[in-house]
Amino acid sequence: MKTLYTLIFTLLIVSQVKSQDTFLTKTGYVSFFSHSLVEDIKADNNQGVSIINTKTGEIVIQVLMRSFMFEKALMQEHFNENYVESDKYPKAIFKGNILNFEKLPNEQSTVNITGILTVHGKEKKVETKAILQTTSDEIILRGDFMVEVADFDIKIPSVVINNIAKVVKVSFEFHHVPYK
Amino acid sequence: MKKVILTIFIVAYTITGFTQDLSSILDKETAKETTVVSATFKGTRLMNGHSIETRKKGVFEFLISHRFGRINSGTYDLFGLDQSNIRFGFEKALTDNFTIALGRNSYEKTYDGYIKYKLLQQKSGEKAFPFSVTLFESATEKTLKDYAPENKPTFANRLTYTSQLLIARKFNSNFSFQFSPTYIHFNTVKKSVDSNDIFALGFGGRMKVSNRVSINGEYYHTLNPFESKSTQNSLALGIDLETGGHVFQLIFSNSRSMIEKGFIAETTGNFFKGDIHFGFNVSRAF
Repeated sequence: MKTLYTLIFTLLIVSQVKSQDTFLTKTGYVSFFSHSLVEDIKADNNQGVSIINTKTGEIVIQVLMRSFMFEKALMQEHFNENYVESDKYPKAIFKGNILNFEKLPNEQSTVNITGILTVHGKEKKVETKAILQTTSDEIILRGDFMVEVADFDIKIPSVVINNIAKVVKVSFEFHHVPYK
Repeated sequence: MKKVILTIFIVAYTITGFTQDLSSILDKETAKETTVVSATFKGTRLMNGHSIETRKKGVFEFLISHRFGRINSGTYDLFGLDQSNIRFGFEKALTDNFTIALGRNSYEKTYDGYIKYKLLQQKSGEKAFPFSVTLFESATEKTLKDYAPENKPTFANRLTYTSQLLIARKFNSNFSFQFSPTYIHFNTVKKSVDSNDIFALGFGGRMKVSNRVSINGEYYHTLNPFESKSTQNSLALGIDLETGGHVFQLIFSNSRSMIEKGFIAETTGNFFKGDIHFGFNVSRAF
């Protein structure tokens, strides 16, 4: 019986994420870039939320679709209303792992990240390389990867099929600080 | 054996436990969001009248609107298509909330200028607000020479003013409703029995049938219509079609004028007797 109590107690302790193991940013930068012969479309988001568990290398990232800023206001409206349907699917979420996180040398290193990206209610496995930099008070993660618009069931009407790239480049940079 | 099972349980729980906790931290950190509700309507017009929408800062919009003759005029006039009146308009958004505009309607050769100012915006989330309010103020000058030469009206006599408080709520991504209390002041009226001040209540809405198409309706009820001529309340039904930078609106209405004072106070057609004008609004934003 004693063993059981000890185990339950241990379980409770272990399952808590200790604050010093969690790093967070609420001003993460995420952008996407679509290049086509007709026009280039770029949108920036400076309100990405990213959390890293330094014990396990787990990472969760969330961005609000409505926080993407476009050069043209009408583009932004169409993006939210017609393409990603932000009323129905307000967030893009990435849940994944930074592989071999515990074995990383300090300073700067290239890491492999795998996980599931959810956009427009559709899930897609993503594997990418990123640069991870650890300083005394920050964990910086930056990189880019390509996503296919069609993977997320985002329909592009034939009228503008030449204006929007089929593969869009997503760039990110997160400066995580210890979460209290 | 028990211990083994427990250990497995702990390991499994610990692994899933971490994910849950990261997500719950995330939920906690992002709960306090307030978002402005956008795109209550696709265009700056609901049908004949204005919607609460204004364009974002710097946008220059060119509008062309047509209203044809009455559909019940038959084949001789090709269901009204032989008669057409047109309005050109230019709108410039000085800020996200403030638009100025100029236009001319060939009907009664009327010039119009107006300002639109977004007073309040519907918001959802932490600091939610239930509806949007836009102020609309216009002045129009009728330049049609429909007077005897000796009775030439002065510039001031040709002016009419319209004030509207446009109040709208986007109930969900498909359905939006607008209520538009209206006050119109005519500097000159035809007969002395007519009031210079006309009050009306507007009701309108849109129902999206797809991401780029919506069905719209709009009705203006005049509280104190002109006494000297029989006017009707204005009704308009139509469709919004959106493609890229354009919004096309196809309209069926008993009103002929495309200016507030005209369609709200001076409509004479009876919609249900077939006095219907087909028309369209096309806008192009730059």
